[in-house]
Amino acid sequence: MDVVRFENVGLRYGLGPEVLRDISFSIAPRSFQFLTGPSGAGKTTLMRLMLLSLKPTRGLVTLFGHEAGNLDKDMMTTLRRRVGVVFQDFRLLDHLTTYENVALPLRVQGREESSYRAEVVELLRWVGLGERIHVLPPVLSGGEKQRAAIARALIVRPELLLADEPTGNVDPSLARRLLRLFVELQKSGTAVVIATHDLGLMDMFDGAHRLVLGDGRMHIYE
Amino acid sequence: MSDTQLALSSGQSGLRRSESLVPAESIAGRALVIVIAIMTFLAALTAGGAILVSRASQDWRGSVAREMTIQVRQIAGRDVDVAAAKAGDIARKVAGIGEVKVYTKAESERLLEPWLGSGLDLGQLPVPRLIVMKLDESGAKPDLAALRQVLMREVPGSSLDDHALWLDRLVVMANSVVIIALVVFALVVTTMILAVAFATRGAMAGNREIIDVLHMVGAADAFIADQFQRHFMGLGLKGGVLGAVAGALAFAFAGMAASMWAASPGGDQVESLFGTFSLGWSGYGAILMIGLALALVTGVMSRMIVFRHLNGLN
Repeated sequence: MDVVRFENVGLRYGLGPEVLRDISFSIAPRSFQFLTGPSGAGKTTLMRLMLLSLKPTRGLVTLFGHEAGNLDKDMMTTLRRRVGVVFQDFRLLDHLTTYENVALPLRVQGREESSYRAEVVELLRWVGLGERIHVLPPVLSGGEKQRAAIARALIVRPELLLADEPTGNVDPSLARRLLRLFVELQKSGTAVVIATHDLGLMDMFDGAHRLVLGDGRMHIYE
Repeated sequence: MSDTQLALSSGQSGLRRSESLVPAESIAGRALVIVIAIMTFLAALTAGGAILVSRASQDWRGSVAREMTIQVRQIAGRDVDVAAAKAGDIARKVAGIGEVKVYTKAESERLLEPWLGSGLDLGQLPVPRLIVMKLDESGAKPDLAALRQVLMREVPGSSLDDHALWLDRLVVMANSVVIIALVVFALVVTTMILAVAFATRGAMAGNREIIDVLHMVGAADAFIADQFQRHFMGLGLKGGVLGAVAGALAFAFAGMAASMWAASPGGDQVESLFGTFSLGWSGYGAILMIGLALALVTGVMSRMIVFRHLNGLN
């Protein structure tokens, strides 16, 4: 069963022109794909459709075998918990420490802190934020925020990872390290979608599919 | 020992602070507390005023309704004092009448002093005698029609005044005053709810990002709404209690000032109009309830805003 399936999906905002047209593709479990295209091509919009935070104007979006149009709120929440998201603008909560931000997806599921504490600390150390556990996001650098946002997406061991420009604020060596993390995640069973227009990053991993958006349409390169 | 074990064993058991998912301190939050405190204070003053006016009007009605008078006019060839004493005796025998006071000539003349001035010789004037009757505590209603007939028969020239006309007017006036007080209170409460609702919306505007993030990381709608409702109800309680305490203190100080002033003629006038400025436990309870109700409004409002925002996201 595909993790994500789009069939002839179109989207327009209000009465404007379609920003996405006849998009059809599927994302298999344990697959790795780069979503790319020029700025404004609709990468973030496509990610939001995959995250069920936008409804298509036409066509069919299926997530983990569930058609998006037929989901109730509880089911949407359940499906969203199987997805990890890295936002382009990080979206860390400024009044929570790095540790609390990373632990947030587990906390909102009602889990006891003692059950995930070691796991969160371990992941923070792995992304190089072991010394920044108690720090509030306004004090973190852009790269550190990026890594905290990635750690927050990974902490739930998602079946689908959506990352919007996850290496946009880090140096090349850390970008390579983060990419290696995403590849390991894919090998352990997660389907990974990385939106980027960093050609260098895409060249680092040959085994990825390339979903290229342009003029509202998608071209797929295996 | 691994880094993680080291971290955990080095006192990091409190890694997650008891931090709420909604920021505890914000300018909008503080402004909301102040708005709620002020609105609660104003509503408390209005409610307290309405309670005082309502109680005072009950007192006016009660004291007037419990009193009746018999007027015995002078008739040539009859000793008016004897006639007044006879009318007093008749009144004492009526069931339901407790206290009967027959005013003497001097006392009757003194009643005229406010209109005629003092120092006048009223001896030549046919000043009627007054008999003031008070109902007893049994609550039994005296048969005034029968009393009136007996007085007409036994004491010619006497008339019984049960203040019905005056009482009717007083009841209308007192009811009007209470209704006006209630209308003012209703207006203040409506304004208060609207002001608090808009202030809550304003304070919530800065939290949209948090709702979005919680939603995206898999928080259920009810979980997010609970977080905000708890936080905003806390702010509402803080403001509500502040305003209610300030309102209660205002009435307590007014009561103390009124009791200190009570010995003066002005104080007597105020006391006869508004009573003792004492709200009593029920009055203070009502003020506290206003604060609690506002806290509830704030919490419910924040919950509604969260659900509306989440419906947009869904």
